[in-house]
Amino acid sequence: MDKRRKSKNILTIVVLLASCALLYLADNYLSTFQIRILNLAAIYAILALSMNLVLGFTGMFSLGHSGFMCVGAYTAAILTMSPASKELIYYMKPIIPALANIEWPIFPAIIAAGLLSALFGILVGIPALRLRDDYLAIATLGFAEIIRIVVTNTVSITNGSLGLKNIPSNNNIWVYWGCAILTLIVLKRLINSSWGYAFRAIRDNEIAAEAMGISLFKHKLISFTIGAFFAGVAGALMGFLITSVDPTMFRFLFTFQILLIVVLGGMGSLTGTVISSLVITIMMEVLRVVEQPISILGLNIPGLSGMRMVIFSILLLLVILYYRQGLMGTREFNWDWLLDRFKISRSGERGEAA
Amino acid sequence: MSGLTLRTDKISMEFGGLRAVSDLSLEVETGSIVGLIGPNGAGKTTVFNMITGVYAPTSGRIYFEDRDITGMKADRITALGVARTFQNIRLFNSMTVLENVMISKHVRMPANLFEAVVGLPRYSRARERNYRECMDLLHKVQLDDVWDEPGTTLPYGKQRRLEIARALATEPRLLLLDEPAAGMNPAESLELMDFVARIRDEFKLTVLMIEHHMEVVMGICEKIYVLDYGVTLAKGNPAEIQNDPAVIEAYLGAVEIDAANQ
Amino acid sequence: MSLDTFLQNIANSITLGSLYALIAIGYTMVYGILRLINFAHADLLMVAAYIAFYGILLFALPWWLAFAIAIALTTLLGIGIERAAYRPLRNAPRISVLISAIGVSFLLENLGIVVIGARPKSFPRPEVLVWNLKMGNISFLSLTIIIPVVTIILLLLVTYMVRKTKIGMAMRAVSRDFETSSLMAVNVDKVITATFAVGSALAAVGGIMWSMQYPQVDPLMGVFPGLKCFIAAVMGGIGSIPGAMLGGFVLGFCEVFLVGFFPAASGYRDAFAFVILILILLFRPGGILGENVVEKV
Repeated sequence: MDKRRKSKNILTIVVLLASCALLYLADNYLSTFQIRILNLAAIYAILALSMNLVLGFTGMFSLGHSGFMCVGAYTAAILTMSPASKELIYYMKPIIPALANIEWPIFPAIIAAGLLSALFGILVGIPALRLRDDYLAIATLGFAEIIRIVVTNTVSITNGSLGLKNIPSNNNIWVYWGCAILTLIVLKRLINSSWGYAFRAIRDNEIAAEAMGISLFKHKLISFTIGAFFAGVAGALMGFLITSVDPTMFRFLFTFQILLIVVLGGMGSLTGTVISSLVITIMMEVLRVVEQPISILGLNIPGLSGMRMVIFSILLLLVILYYRQGLMGTREFNWDWLLDRFKISRSGERGEAA
Repeated sequence: MSGLTLRTDKISMEFGGLRAVSDLSLEVETGSIVGLIGPNGAGKTTVFNMITGVYAPTSGRIYFEDRDITGMKADRITALGVARTFQNIRLFNSMTVLENVMISKHVRMPANLFEAVVGLPRYSRARERNYRECMDLLHKVQLDDVWDEPGTTLPYGKQRRLEIARALATEPRLLLLDEPAAGMNPAESLELMDFVARIRDEFKLTVLMIEHHMEVVMGICEKIYVLDYGVTLAKGNPAEIQNDPAVIEAYLGAVEIDAANQ
Repeated sequence: MSLDTFLQNIANSITLGSLYALIAIGYTMVYGILRLINFAHADLLMVAAYIAFYGILLFALPWWLAFAIAIALTTLLGIGIERAAYRPLRNAPRISVLISAIGVSFLLENLGIVVIGARPKSFPRPEVLVWNLKMGNISFLSLTIIIPVVTIILLLLVTYMVRKTKIGMAMRAVSRDFETSSLMAVNVDKVITATFAVGSALAAVGGIMWSMQYPQVDPLMGVFPGLKCFIAAVMGGIGSIPGAMLGGFVLGFCEVFLVGFFPAASGYRDAFAFVILILILLFRPGGILGENVVEKV
């Protein structure tokens, strides 16, 4: 292994250790509320990373993310709620017997959530991915809505519009950021692999990609399904963080927020997405201030609810109109910049081979 | 094998009411360089699109190495050994020269996705091999000095060579070149001519090319098909074509004016 | 289903279908020219409804004046949106302009929530327009007649414009072949502005009539009608104005009669439209009246 590769591996390990240290510090010194915000940011990061895979790296404009989240959230919730809770919560119509007595621990539930969402990803992808851009957007939006409406109406499985409460709670920063870091690692390896390049080729020039032997449908489906998997994982985590889920959480508004994060961070940059998730999640909290009534100099200024979304919409428009590449564009943070400074040799270096 | 790498049997292409190609029967002998010429709009690129699977012919059949490939999907046809370049260069604009060429190796990747993400040896070894083969290919087409540049920053002539290198990386036996000399001056066209002949020999290819530059066509093609309005006007060797009255009337007259102006 | 209910349903579906048709035209015209799904289109109907609402209640204007101002301002807004949010992206990848459209849509909806408040308000129906009629055993609103009549008049006007006027011909040319039209001295910008103007005006009329028929206005009132009208446009053949009209009516009928025959399924009513959309996109993307477009390689 050449010197540069060795250096990169060492630096990456250092970063991972530093992240662990940061998490440890956060765990011990931040308030519960602040940790919750960070955990929420981790969930958004996973969502945005998975959307970036589909949108930024493979060039597919899918608006169906909230549907897969919904599947994941409900799967994990139903699997982990205690039978006693289920009896309590499903008071309109009892849950179907097959699911009544199941109580799983959270990690298998998260995996199951991801897998079931991935299955839905395949089911949605097979018809939808034959369509081009704009039609794909509307079709996936439609599927997400169909999923949501079905969830609202199959009361004996999902408790319908009443939603589920008493989901086992978890506010452990290691769980959420552990999943986020794992997602980042998996996606980074995917993007830098032969398949990742195939996805990018499809994004750059579909016709040329096909002419070089890349099966468009198969690869689009793979990308879409992996995106759905991680959306399901994020959905599961959402349930554990908030301890309740209901269908109205998964409306298009949610997908919009993820879209904003992806566009802001740079469609095509994993690092940008992670940074942008943190920024937006924290901003959303901070901007809550704008929506509460405040009192200045004895004057009561009523809160402007909805103002947060106005600000975010304007932000999205500004970025897409004037700074389309977002924060990082298609650049990733990598060690070359640093190693160049220290003049570590590049012999044997190759493009971006994994 | 019949000695014919490519054979089309009366293929036609209809779009709505418009017949772009009518009853075209081509025969391309193994190892030869065959030209497809004709005025703009004659249907030449449509023929390429039918052979490479972008369109399915409305009627007729296409045989690659005696195997019926009519209506097969484009990626499958490439996997079988047919590669092409495009009239309007279609490089992958987010990638470097090397990355563009490496894409072509994906179709023959022996490892699966799981092995790639986890980093198992079968994948790493294949990737190493691909890297070496692609750098080697870039060296053969004299693009190795710019391996790390974004493909779209190259001068036009090099971009065309890159597209050809990318096609070659799929390990084809039949190479379809769509106007490789477009936009080149006479000196560059001659270089291209030598280049095509050289790669035909070195990579043991059969070449079918669409071209307007008559010096290139007459200089390098062993057989020429002339198309006009989707119909075959003539076929033969360069001398026969140059003296065919129908061809001269439909097409070469215009070409002479071009030649006179250069 | 009794005869009375059946006739009632017919009346409802004609009304709903007209409204869908009016709004669907705007989608189809913009898509035909720019290949853009204007997500913000349906929010214009909300804007028009609110301007009319405030015109009558806050400024005490006579209804016809409030309506006229609403239509005019909404049209200007539609044109403004095109200028500010879509025109700069005309040469950008398609995804960018779709994202911009989503951004505009969200902005309008949330500005509505901030400025007006999320709680639905009751729309003041002008008495001269809205009164009860009786025919045999059925009683229905005058709107059941007024809305289709207004719609048909407007549809005829639009059809006339597209077929017989110069600007209409220019619109058809641009939607056929954008590049060639611009080379042929067609002022593409003007055509696009005109397209948005017509579409927005129709949406405005649709919005006002919608709020008379279903007199609850809220900032998100355009969301579901918007999606359904786009679906209607696709169903009839995206890019085709007669198609949008046809699709609007067909969707209106289907929706009303689905709930009429299967009342238990009313929760699934909205899903129904999406299912239709997906079926069409898969099996007949050209819609009932449309044609297929092949990409040039």
